[in-house]
Amino acid sequence: MAEFALPKNSRMTEGKVWPKPAGAKHTTDFRIYRWDPDTDENPRIDTYTVDRDDCGPMVLDAIIWIKNKVDATLTFRRSCREGICGSCAMNIDGANTLACTKGIDEVERKGVVKIYPLPHMPVVKDLVPDLTRFYAQHASIEPWLQTTTPAPEKEWRQSHEDRQKLDGLYECILCACCSTSCPSYWWNGDRYLGPAALLQAYRWLIDSRDEATGERLDQLEDPFRLYRCHTIMNCANVCPKGLNPAKAIAEIKQMMVVRQV
Amino acid sequence: MAEAKAPTSQPAHSRPLSPHLQIYRLTWTMVMSGMHRATGGALYIGTLLLVIWLVALATGPRAFDRVQWFMGSWLGYLILFGYTWALLHHMMGGLRHFMWDFGKGFEPKERLMLAKGSLVASAALTLLVWVVGLSLS
Repeated sequence: MAEFALPKNSRMTEGKVWPKPAGAKHTTDFRIYRWDPDTDENPRIDTYTVDRDDCGPMVLDAIIWIKNKVDATLTFRRSCREGICGSCAMNIDGANTLACTKGIDEVERKGVVKIYPLPHMPVVKDLVPDLTRFYAQHASIEPWLQTTTPAPEKEWRQSHEDRQKLDGLYECILCACCSTSCPSYWWNGDRYLGPAALLQAYRWLIDSRDEATGERLDQLEDPFRLYRCHTIMNCANVCPKGLNPAKAIAEIKQMMVVRQV
Repeated sequence: MAEAKAPTSQPAHSRPLSPHLQIYRLTWTMVMSGMHRATGGALYIGTLLLVIWLVALATGPRAFDRVQWFMGSWLGYLILFGYTWALLHHMMGGLRHFMWDFGKGFEPKERLMLAKGSLVASAALTLLVWVVGLSLS
């Protein structure tokens, strides 16, 4: 049975209100989830006021501004700042997205932007979730080409049409926005593979060069691994790359039926 | 193929769980999925109404009259109205699932329209059933 309430150690308290920047005319308040593994305290929500005239337009710009100018202990992952590394995935304004590609103006409500770590994950510190299981699930679908016929002298050839089938699948950056937006993954993340791993599973299932299709489907034929998808569609709603894991999962379900008839 | 293993690198016992339902902004498709499940659950109880009615019918005229009286009261009407809506809403959800099973209806506009549409359609059909039902009685 799903546990809807947060465990006692995870309930959030009101945190610190940090001083406003002096002389700032155009400001936005950022309410950010904080948790420090070095104390016994519960997570708290700190409030920072950002001087928008001194800061870039994206949410990532704002939290880097806070880290540089207000509170150096604020902890988050970031790298490419252009939506290709997937590091800065977090819950902004109630939906998972990348901080680097989300404009502050898009998510500001009454002068406030709310930021939490990716939902229903163990927190390492502040906005950094533990993605160990997420990566293990991706590894479990064996995301590489598998063949039994002898390797050709040059590359494995593929028609243009077959190559096009991989569009909308290969672009996944494994940011985990989709899987951690999925209530089904929240309640059964230990057994349900989640949208990200399943999208990648499908990416190999329909690759014309791959010869392990049967084994891959056998591995997914399970009440939990695949069939916990209830088409809630949060995955497709939040994917920062505009991919559609829900549809990929439906295609896998269809492949399951097709191979039986 | 390999098994997905739970994290073993760090002691997770002291780590908090990040907030989920508490902070996630509701989406149409999310709410309609929840309502499909809720109405599905309600239908278990709704089916009991039918059983009660049939059992009363088999028991005799007095028992049947009593059930008929209750179902004809405003509270009975309210319950039956709710049951009608749950049934029709669940049916609309079922039709959506049927469409998805063919790989259709996943695009952004389609899925939003289907979610809103199932609510509108179930409300409209419920009213239609009652208008027709009451005008025939």
